Amino acid sequence: MDSALIPEGVKRCSFGKFAIGIIIFGGVLLWGVYAMLLIWLKGLNQTNMNDYYGFALWIWADLGVIALGGGAFFTGLLRYVIGKDELKNIINYAVLIGFICYSSALLILAIDVGQPLRSWFIFWHANVHSMLTEVAFCLSCYFAVLTIEYIPLILENRQINKVPFFHNLAHNMHEVMAIFAATGAFLSFFHQGSLGGVAGVLYGRPFAFREGIFIWPWTFFLFTWSAAAYGPCFTLFITRLTEKISGKKLVKQNVIDLLAKISGWTMGTYLIAKIIDTWYWASVSAPARGFNLIDFYSNNPFYGIWILIAEIVVCGIIPALILLTPKGRNNSTLLFTAVSLACIGVLLNRWVMVLQVMAMPVMTFDNWVMYIPSWQEVATTILPVAYGIILVMISFRYLPIFPQERELNS
Amino acid sequence: MFPFSFEWIWDLSHMIFMGGLVYALTIIGIGMTYCILKTVVDTMHGKGGGQQH
Amino acid sequence: MKEEGKHKKAKKYGMVINLDECTGCGACMVACMAENNVPFKEDESNKLDSITWMRVYKLTNGKSYPEADICYLPRPCMHCEGHNGHSPCVSVCPATATDYNHDTGIVSQIYTRCFGCRYCMGACPYHARYFNWWDPVWPEESTKYLSPNVSPRMRGIVEKCSFCFHRYQLAMDKAYLEGRTVLEENEYQTSCTQACPAGAITFGDLNNPDHKVHQLAKPDNKHGGRPGNTNVFRLLERLGTNPKVYYMSSREWVRRAGDNYLDDEDFAKNHRH
Repeated sequence: MDSALIPEGVKRCSFGKFAIGIIIFGGVLLWGVYAMLLIWLKGLNQTNMNDYYGFALWIWADLGVIALGGGAFFTGLLRYVIGKDELKNIINYAVLIGFICYSSALLILAIDVGQPLRSWFIFWHANVHSMLTEVAFCLSCYFAVLTIEYIPLILENRQINKVPFFHNLAHNMHEVMAIFAATGAFLSFFHQGSLGGVAGVLYGRPFAFREGIFIWPWTFFLFTWSAAAYGPCFTLFITRLTEKISGKKLVKQNVIDLLAKISGWTMGTYLIAKIIDTWYWASVSAPARGFNLIDFYSNNPFYGIWILIAEIVVCGIIPALILLTPKGRNNSTLLFTAVSLACIGVLLNRWVMVLQVMAMPVMTFDNWVMYIPSWQEVATTILPVAYGIILVMISFRYLPIFPQERELNS
Repeated sequence: MFPFSFEWIWDLSHMIFMGGLVYALTIIGIGMTYCILKTVVDTMHGKGGGQQH
Repeated sequence: MKEEGKHKKAKKYGMVINLDECTGCGACMVACMAENNVPFKEDESNKLDSITWMRVYKLTNGKSYPEADICYLPRPCMHCEGHNGHSPCVSVCPATATDYNHDTGIVSQIYTRCFGCRYCMGACPYHARYFNWWDPVWPEESTKYLSPNVSPRMRGIVEKCSFCFHRYQLAMDKAYLEGRTVLEENEYQTSCTQACPAGAITFGDLNNPDHKVHQLAKPDNKHGGRPGNTNVFRLLERLGTNPKVYYMSSREWVRRAGDNYLDDEDFAKNHRH
């Protein structure tokens, strides 16, 4: 039915099967849209946030998808600026995943503010000293860059590409892509960092606060570094998942191996920095404010020391070691386990830096406060996931995302 | 965001922040303008007709 | 002389709350709500999303009879100065919707500027900032009793104690008409201060040696406003928020409850006194 739109030389499932998939995830998407409208019309009283939880599930989702979407900027940097040419075989997918992650982040932010119609104040009345201002500017600019990186891919659709103007535009955009990729890396460095800074500058919250250099707390650098390390893991995770679902090999092993290896090294060095940061925080910063490390992880039903071990050891050191060894990278089960654990690890880190910061009491006569999101919050968090799946389905079906697919499946 | 809003101060923080923003936007703007103009010229010269990429 | 002139220009309004005198009656909370048109819900049982610019906490020493002791601690906004106006909340607001006024030391909230990102709430360790989760609705007849000097806030934005800033403005207007630029101590007082039946709250200019707050707290401006009085402390002093609300108590356990200390830490030694 739609075979004229499908890239030449590749096989896709029947249109009926595709349509059923779209309808199922479209239903989930509509559920999310309904919740979103409820929130916009009735206000944030539809959530379970409260005066202790000013930041909750959404901000975590925001930080989470931006970290996971970090694969786009880092792979782009490696491919276009550093010159790792093999990565041209995975960069399209990294860009698509990044585009989905960043558009989702912007949507979630638009739902999260109390007065959505005033959202533009963050640009117009910008307080340049606020980390959130830096996030807003860099995030929007980088989303523009991702859109520019995604456009040539759309233009390469079999039918669109027949139009000379679009064909030439796609070609010309590819020609100067290195400049856009470098700008994207510059912007990403700052917004990934400033997202880390959001928590790190809170000197009234000893759990979040970190010392730093000049105006940047250490979390600024840790967040950028972790996005560079864990973002490509998410690209690999989704690539592997797409291969499993479509039943096709889409990217050659040497490309996967290269990205996994770079990710492993970045993750390893990040973890060394993270461990030093945690040690300094536990032995110097926190005691100077009257806290022992264990105070941050006790007297509450959820936030135990397990969360620190899970983040750094189980979902940090273990996947890093797997990715650093050739045997680990070449064993598809081990590799998949490693990238899955890494994704959980970075999501845990972002959870802790948002939710645990809010949960922990600072005044001696205050108490830990737990939080369970409302269905509206859950639905609006699942909304971008459904949107992402739909966009991946459409892009995979109609756009030449994987240059090696034809060769690998001939 | 602009010097005419009352919270604007001509200090180093504003210059660095807004300088970085203008720098990024300029590169993105020039890059896209170049792409579109070159595409118009290429198309007028008959490039890309009926080709597959 | 020059120094004295400068001193008079830059005021630093603050409070000293005598916790030994506070009975926990809650009159300050009620006065504050009435004075500042603070909205309330039909069901106020969930204190996690109800607005109380001034909130009275109940502290206990955790001991059993006969050593058991309690203390009530009223907590308005601390109007933190941080380091040179770098308050925890002001510095993080992305839209410049909250400001540290160097002339009065008051941290303001611009309701029509706030777009409800709630970053300031996350930054405040005192939970002095509140979000308007609902539209403010008053019973029909009580709208007549709203204060015309304070604008009600809309849904979706953050609000907090303003040290009754409208009273400062009214007092300054009056003084200006009378050809004065300096206020007398009693010309500008917050509603909670005036409502306290025990007289536990003292309000005034911490920079003015003639004001009672200055005499009680003896703030050391060279060291971030640390109190010079041994019975006076500030909440979470060690974080460096540099608040302008001081507390006073003769009981050591109360003073200790004002901040976090390690178990093996010598409180007396670390409390600078």
